[in-house]
Amino acid sequence: MSLKQNLHNLKEKYRGTKMEQSFNALHTFLYMPNITTHSGSHVRDAADLKRVMNTVIMAMVPVLLFGMFNAGYQMNGQINGFEAVDFFTLDNFLVGLKKILPLLVVSYGVGLGIEFIFATVKKHEVEEGYLVTGMLVPLIVPIDLPLWMLAVAVAFGVIIGKELFGGTGMNVLNPALTIRAFLFFNWAAWMSGDKVWVHGAVDGLKASNGVDAISGETILGALAQNKPLPEHWDAMNSFFGFIPGSVGETSTFLIVLAGLFLILTGIGSARIMISAVIGAAVMGLIFNGLVDSGAIVEGSKFYGLMHLPFWQHLLIGGLAFGIVFMATDPVSASQTNTGKIIYGFLIGLFSILIRVFNPAYPEGVMMAILLMNVFAPTIDHYVVQANVKRRMKRLKLKTA
Amino acid sequence: MSKDIRIKKGLDLKLKGEAEKQLSNATRSKVYAIKPSDFHGVTPKMILKEGATVKAGEAIFFSKKDEAVKFISPVSGTIQEIIRGEKRVILEIRILADSQDVYVEHSKINPKSSSRSEVKEHLLASGCWPFIKQRPYDVVANSADTPKAIFVSGIHSAPLEGDLNFVLNGKKDALEAGFAVLTKLTSGKVHVTVDSKTDFMPSTEGVVVHKGQGVHPVGLVSTQIAKIDPINKGEKVWTVQIEDVAVIGELFLTGKFNAERIVALTGTGFERPSYVKALIGAQISDVVAGNLKEGNYRIISGNVLTGDKKTKEDALGFYHSQITVIPEGDDYDFFGWNIPRPNKFSVYRAMMFSFLTPNKKYDLNTNTNGEHRGFVLTGEYEKVCPLDIYPMQLLKAILVKDIDQMEALGIYEVAPEDFALTEFVDVSKQDHQRIVRQGLDLMIKEVG
Repeated sequence: MSLKQNLHNLKEKYRGTKMEQSFNALHTFLYMPNITTHSGSHVRDAADLKRVMNTVIMAMVPVLLFGMFNAGYQMNGQINGFEAVDFFTLDNFLVGLKKILPLLVVSYGVGLGIEFIFATVKKHEVEEGYLVTGMLVPLIVPIDLPLWMLAVAVAFGVIIGKELFGGTGMNVLNPALTIRAFLFFNWAAWMSGDKVWVHGAVDGLKASNGVDAISGETILGALAQNKPLPEHWDAMNSFFGFIPGSVGETSTFLIVLAGLFLILTGIGSARIMISAVIGAAVMGLIFNGLVDSGAIVEGSKFYGLMHLPFWQHLLIGGLAFGIVFMATDPVSASQTNTGKIIYGFLIGLFSILIRVFNPAYPEGVMMAILLMNVFAPTIDHYVVQANVKRRMKRLKLKTA
Repeated sequence: MSKDIRIKKGLDLKLKGEAEKQLSNATRSKVYAIKPSDFHGVTPKMILKEGATVKAGEAIFFSKKDEAVKFISPVSGTIQEIIRGEKRVILEIRILADSQDVYVEHSKINPKSSSRSEVKEHLLASGCWPFIKQRPYDVVANSADTPKAIFVSGIHSAPLEGDLNFVLNGKKDALEAGFAVLTKLTSGKVHVTVDSKTDFMPSTEGVVVHKGQGVHPVGLVSTQIAKIDPINKGEKVWTVQIEDVAVIGELFLTGKFNAERIVALTGTGFERPSYVKALIGAQISDVVAGNLKEGNYRIISGNVLTGDKKTKEDALGFYHSQITVIPEGDDYDFFGWNIPRPNKFSVYRAMMFSFLTPNKKYDLNTNTNGEHRGFVLTGEYEKVCPLDIYPMQLLKAILVKDIDQMEALGIYEVAPEDFALTEFVDVSKQDHQRIVRQGLDLMIKEVG
């Protein structure tokens, strides 16, 4: 008997038992199920949620691989000098692989484990939403984050952030950002400051190689404290991503490519992405204007970030990553087309606003997206009300 | 005022198996069947009992809610069996056909010189009334109402639907009489939408002819209503299929209810997709006789988007003039969720490359291509829905039975068929048409 037939027999055997959901979840990965339509449209589009989620994951793979190279590059660069170190070396990659793979395993292991348990208890199918969340999480945390913290945060994010609301499609907040916010508010020292953004900065490699402790600072952190930026943090390197930061957020170049890929495949919302970039640019221009007009002078604590040209704001920090991969999460974003434009614009605007005015936490995109997640239904409500009002007006014209 | 309707939001699903313009006669079935379930919301009360003899065009049951509305036998013969289901619900009335039809002879009436009540009586008595459907709710029209307008779609835009120029060839007189009948029934206008290729349309006083073009659902009457004169709360409009306008016209011209339909046999399950002349209620095995391929196929009365799943023993649906046969998709597909599948169609470009070959025709099967999930993606339904409606918001309002919200979001303007395309593109594989039907039924119950 073939594998297909064997698996089919097993599926029938497990029907109605506790194994059903878990088995089906694994089975459907190997074989698209044999379900047919019975009413309504007899033929259906070839895409399903798995295919959609898979496309998003594919868009993240280059970012993940780049993150692995960059992890080693940032460390080795600080030890040996950035001029002396190449980027695409096996050594760099292995440094990253060694740290990032465990993050990925813990993220998927804990998250999917919980999803399977919930599916079995609540007797519904295991849904695909976590496949994307599980990939996002390692990309938005500092590389040296202890694995137990990640595990706790993932458990919190999946249970409180998603399952309590009813699972995939029902959550109010983006699950990956819920996990990150949980980490941030519980272990702020691990999620901000100048100690965590480069591998090795936390424990210091001082003893082993005689160099001063590795600095784990990011561009934003430095700007928030009005420090001058070193030469290798120029705009070009920021754009291509040869800078410190969370694992996968640094390469604006690859993220833009991923964004284009998502737009072209029809999966990501171009409305949200473009309006968010515009929103961020507008806020950046306002701050640049304040500096130009002399309202903010050198020495002001906001000078460093306000002085930075608006277009460079777009290249640094997690802004691009947040816009492309998190703001576009269809479940927590605005659901109407008009709403998406407003939602995206405000995310961009608030990201830069929070970035500049919150010195303790110089990247604002996480907060901006979570904030707008909360307001997305409100935006949608007013957009939909416009449609309702149009209908009412038509009725009034008739009866008048 | 005649309008130009251009539909850009939608989708022309290109399938293999278009009917060739050849017409043959179907073998006369031994047994014809009428299914009350074709008339949604009608509770049948039998007029004739099992064993009674009937003429073609004789009433066999009426609607319990609206007793003037009668439903007739398409052939003459004997009522062989009344098949009942749970709680004695009538599922099907089977009529053993005579070899030759004897018709109930009605008088010939010139609709133009008749009054509204004469025309109405004639339609009710002859059994033509069920051809008239009502919006909102997409049910058989209530004989006591006067609609604000009547809409007829003269465009077939659904996948593989029969060519109306071919189907209505030579029926200009019948159509003209039929339209004259419709103009009597409404206080407003009769609106007909045709496309640029239409050559069957007669000019009738009181009928406004609009031009429609673009992608499916340009041929759906809801789309046309929305563009011409949208339905508001409390208003009623009627709709009639254009083939049925010709049947009505023929009744007035000849005095006979002619239940003959030209049925398009479409889809890859046919040896020779073509047209067949058959009577309403004919057994599908006779309509498709000698033309069906061997293998695992699904028979659909109607088109692939909105039709009903049938077996060979079932009857052709009352409103249907198309039978589509496509392969069943009840097989597993190895890694079907991530590898590109050149034999399948997708509006998304997620590892699917059908967008590169926009004119390619597909042989799609009935696999859902995925499992049922919660609503996740947004903005995709809007791309295939030309109505000024938020499809997902409306579906969710229906699911939570929020009547005020359903009303505010435009439930009165939709029929299940308007959600066939959103259902097609849905990656969460929800049954939109079933949900909308439930919503409409709830509205009938609560609002009426």
